[in-house]
Amino acid sequence: MDFLALFDLSVLDSTVRLATPLLLACLAGLFSERAGIFDIGLEGKMLFAAFFSAAVAAMTGSVWLGLLAGIAASMALSGIHGLASITFRGNQLISGVAINFLAAGMTVLIAQDWFQQGGRTPSLIGGGRFEPIILPFAESLRGVPFLGPIYAELISGHSILVYVALLAVPGTWWLLFRTRFGLRLRAVGENPAAVDTAGVSVVGLRFVAVGICGILCGIAGAYLATGLQAGFVKDMTAGRGFIALAALIFAKWRPWHALWATLLFGYLQAIALRPDIIEGALGFRVQVQLLDALPYILTVVILAGFVGKAIPPRAGGEPYVKER
Amino acid sequence: MDVMPKWAEVILVPLISLILAALLSALVILAIGENPVEAVNLMVTGAVGSTYGWGYTLYYATNFMFTGLAVSVAFHAGLFNIGGEGQAMLGGLGVALVLLFIPWPHWTIALLAATAGAAVFGALWAAIPAYLQAKRGSHIVITTIMFNFIAAAVLNYMLVNQLRPAGSMDPATERFREAVHLPSLHEMLAPIGINFSKAAPANVSLVIAIIACVLVWLLIWRTPLGLEIRSYGKSGRAAKYAGIGAVRITMIAMLISGALAGMMAINNVMGEAERLVLNAVEGAGFIGIAVALMGRSHPFGVFLAAILFGFLYQGGAELALWTSIPRELIVVIQALVILFTGALDNMVRMPLERIFLAARNARTSKSVEPAE
Repeated sequence: MDFLALFDLSVLDSTVRLATPLLLACLAGLFSERAGIFDIGLEGKMLFAAFFSAAVAAMTGSVWLGLLAGIAASMALSGIHGLASITFRGNQLISGVAINFLAAGMTVLIAQDWFQQGGRTPSLIGGGRFEPIILPFAESLRGVPFLGPIYAELISGHSILVYVALLAVPGTWWLLFRTRFGLRLRAVGENPAAVDTAGVSVVGLRFVAVGICGILCGIAGAYLATGLQAGFVKDMTAGRGFIALAALIFAKWRPWHALWATLLFGYLQAIALRPDIIEGALGFRVQVQLLDALPYILTVVILAGFVGKAIPPRAGGEPYVKER
Repeated sequence: MDVMPKWAEVILVPLISLILAALLSALVILAIGENPVEAVNLMVTGAVGSTYGWGYTLYYATNFMFTGLAVSVAFHAGLFNIGGEGQAMLGGLGVALVLLFIPWPHWTIALLAATAGAAVFGALWAAIPAYLQAKRGSHIVITTIMFNFIAAAVLNYMLVNQLRPAGSMDPATERFREAVHLPSLHEMLAPIGINFSKAAPANVSLVIAIIACVLVWLLIWRTPLGLEIRSYGKSGRAAKYAGIGAVRITMIAMLISGALAGMMAINNVMGEAERLVLNAVEGAGFIGIAVALMGRSHPFGVFLAAILFGFLYQGGAELALWTSIPRELIVVIQALVILFTGALDNMVRMPLERIFLAARNARTSKSVEPAE
């Protein structure tokens, strides 16, 4: 039995890559839900962004323009979600469901119209993709025992969006817990009436939160189509938005915990791709389906409150009515 | 609250939402360079222009009646069951187990047993999220979403590792026995002289679905339990004062909801495929949300909305066949219907309420005038 193989560098390396879109989407959801707006449309926003980033990158050859297009597309859906759930005080969950379907349908429809390749974009080459960044001295330090390969393989050699995602964790923490804006944003998710009494616009704050959510989902989607893979294919998010939602609950709506939760779920995805390693390490076969379902099962267990209770922001899901 | 007359509430608001959704869909079709009028013509001839088209439309509608009713019953209790998809998958498993392992002599008994199997499996799959909501306060929307994914994994495991016949590469069960073949509409209507298409999959489950609509109506509006479910859905706190147990109603409503979603399997698994395949549900569980919203959670509304969505599904398939419009157009239409009839409901309602209020004020002030 080779237990250490479970933590092989190649597995950990793909963990980081697979965790990145989850982390970005999870932080996106964190902003929205901390402000009291439930968002089960993370999946749809990521998918929309994945398509538009790949499409624009394919047409212009510039991955940066692609990224911008992805963010813009995701924010457009955020706008719909805000309009429905903030302005018109509609049901946030139903709006999220609608956004997921809208993205699932529109991406294929537009892809077919623009590229005629059965709902996908052309494969991205050259400047159309985010290339891995080799950090300084990665090659020369490779010879250093233990730390050298970790630096060269695990830390270096990812696309820039991976580092953006990792930096977004302290960024989110700082913004939410060390700034006045963050205090108000959290307050609006717990007790909007109090924020309103203090003379701060509940609607404005919530729209900003939903907007930030759109930006982060946009980056997540762009990373999927232009970093992790080379182009858009139908339904390429494959439930990642919901895993991110699960991670958000797992993390109990806290930024650093979101990092650990998404790394855990990323690891589960990475190890599911290597059944040979699991069998070698544990001595028996683990069903792939069990590994697929594990993030969801873990989330249900957390939700059930058996491992510490997950308490969502108190005003989450409720539209704010200024005067009755 | 009651600013609008009942007819406006029940007919006008959904109708305007539907028109908005249709207009936007037409814009989408225009934007991808096709003619919306031609597209509608194609859909109408494809879906209701022949008994073949009707057979498919009604087949899809049967699925959507079950899932739409499932979402509606939960809505009445103030619960949002997004888990119809997973419950219908498990319902399929129930049907397959009942039909594969017991040699039924005749389809009638087999149908009863399969319906029970589907309902029990669907209800059980809804029971855990329901219990967690009722007892532990875990949000039912999140748990039912998670259970959809877990259901997909369970079904995948059962088909790939357990139920797949030896030597077959296809993740599906073997075909059910000939004796449990459900009569199609062709076979049912031929004796009374109607020549219904032989190739269409609509079958006797449609009758069961219609019976289910009636039974749900009776349950919700004509029984004490229905009253309890509706009161709990309107105000959990008021219901509590009236002595209605939150745990009990949550459990019962979700079990019924899950059972209804599961029962869809008698149509798609027993009636159409006659074996259990991996993607048997094909999103029908989610369409149930659109159907319930459009049908205003009323069984008759669900019945009509299910037929409309059946029409859209079959029409969309024909559209994909004859034009370059992909089938995903239906997903977009479905999204727009959910958006306008569900999330943006107030956008339609608020201006309408203002109009009705103004009209009423004008009327009352006029009738008061002569007295002065």
